[in-house]
Amino acid sequence: MSAATLEKPVTVQDKKAPARRKKTKAHYYLILIVLALFAVGPLVAVVFNAFKNNAEIGSNPLAPPTSFSLENFTEAWTRGDFATTMRNSLIICLGSVAGTCVIAGLAAFALSQLKVPGGGAVVAYLFLGSALPVQLFLVPLFFLWTQLHLTDNLFGLILIYWATDAPFATLLLRSFLLKIPKDFTEAARLDGASSFQIAWKVVLPLAWPGFLTVALIVALWSWNEFFWAITFIHTPELRPVSTSFLAFQDQYSTDWGLTSAAAIFMLGPVLLLFLVLQRKFVSGLTSGGVK
Amino acid sequence: MSVTAAPASTGARRARWRAAVVGWAFLAPLLLLNALVVLGPSVATVYYSFTDWSGLGPATFIGFDNYVKAFGDAKVHEALWHNLVWFVLFLSVPMAMGLLGAYLLSQVKRGQMLFRALYFIPYVIASVVNAAVWKMLLSPTSGVLAQLGIDQSWLGDTRTSLLSVNFVVDWHWWGFLAVIFLSAMQGVDPELYDAAKMDGASAWQQYRSVTLPGIRPTMVFIVLMTVIWSLKAFDYIFIMTQGGPAGSSEVVSTLMYKQAFNEYSAGYAAALGLSMTLVTAVILAFYQWMRKKGWEDA
Repeated sequence: MSAATLEKPVTVQDKKAPARRKKTKAHYYLILIVLALFAVGPLVAVVFNAFKNNAEIGSNPLAPPTSFSLENFTEAWTRGDFATTMRNSLIICLGSVAGTCVIAGLAAFALSQLKVPGGGAVVAYLFLGSALPVQLFLVPLFFLWTQLHLTDNLFGLILIYWATDAPFATLLLRSFLLKIPKDFTEAARLDGASSFQIAWKVVLPLAWPGFLTVALIVALWSWNEFFWAITFIHTPELRPVSTSFLAFQDQYSTDWGLTSAAAIFMLGPVLLLFLVLQRKFVSGLTSGGVK
Repeated sequence: MSVTAAPASTGARRARWRAAVVGWAFLAPLLLLNALVVLGPSVATVYYSFTDWSGLGPATFIGFDNYVKAFGDAKVHEALWHNLVWFVLFLSVPMAMGLLGAYLLSQVKRGQMLFRALYFIPYVIASVVNAAVWKMLLSPTSGVLAQLGIDQSWLGDTRTSLLSVNFVVDWHWWGFLAVIFLSAMQGVDPELYDAAKMDGASAWQQYRSVTLPGIRPTMVFIVLMTVIWSLKAFDYIFIMTQGGPAGSSEVVSTLMYKQAFNEYSAGYAAALGLSMTLVTAVILAFYQWMRKKGWEDA
């Protein structure tokens, strides 16, 4: 920056420049802070409200709590049956992550390391497929799932998540696997290793950052997902935390302390994970993870 | 020589054949699952869109009746209009905020990572939670604006319901765009800025003649995707207003969902779903065509 300034012919304007730049930077920070307050302010209000009783929320809905009461949390936990719904969501998350990693890992290996005739068409199909609206296949899928007794069934939901998340996961993993030098796999092949051995022993250990990214994003999506869950799961005891939170919030719509506490149960784990693994989240979600 | 050449070439052919089989075996789980969940039902949608299927029993072929009905359906017209309003807002508001945020982030060093993380947070939080938060904040009895003395039922008024839901979606979305635009801006060749500075360009001139052209491929992509996402707009509307009150925030996908699961007009819903897909396909084809023409890197 300063080097560039020195090279320029000195004019009146240039002499003014440093002072002006400092001033504009302060303006920049001011706007950046306003934007940050806009982004997270509403969430901060929810955290505040979760610790307040309704009388306090009614008189002062946005201010920090004057006392820390955990009553809302214990109330919400039992009334919303969070023990059950959290368990359901955990099963769904783990199942989705494991299955998607296997399915997408195999496919990505084929599309990056093996010479598959028609592989290019598969990649194009995966790209296009992720742009299609779910409205295209929703209704017949529901009919099919009813016939197969896969509605009101956690595995039935997990199957759908596998199918809808795997194209994205495959493309993401493929971009990771393409970076692995072909020499590695060629050398193993010359040593007589089979494709499966190469995938397992050579490629997988090198590709784990890619798998970690995929696992994070699929876990996030299946935790947050509500559209498939509300359409395919109706039994309250089988609901994941997202749709049960929705029902809870409808039921206690006037009890903000309670719904705020329930909201914290749902966003807390995501926020913690995000703050710890921020870079991975951002790079994974912006690398075409636009659903 | 010629005697040994023949077995060698069959051997090579067999090896290639073997490689193809192994390759497709690795792809099989993905493709079979996709056929079961996505492709098969999609093809079925094409068939059902020409029937009077209720979603449960048998279906009778009725030709183009569903499509004719959709063209004349006042509810569809209204929903499409809402999709268009949604598109205009969803394109302009988050895009403007995202570009502003990204530009400011690119100009500062200290705190860049922190601000980036804060802007990104609403995007990773579940739609059901974000919707609940804003229902609270937009509440006419004690929401933020109610505190300021503005008496307005944002989600319960036919004039403001669509705009209010769109506002919430913009809120959760702009930070994501800011991060995408920031990484695009960081990819712009710094020498271009130096050259512009040598020519005495002001910050605004640099932004207009270096930054914006530099991130143009990203912007074109986002605009395209915004068209598609606007057509697909569903979850926040479904959660916050269910398309109401009195259809004032109904869009095509919520209308379709109701037709399928509340009105038992699955055939009609299939026709609506397929029409949406065709529009999406046309937009994608148009984008490809533009890219081939080289508009993107011009």
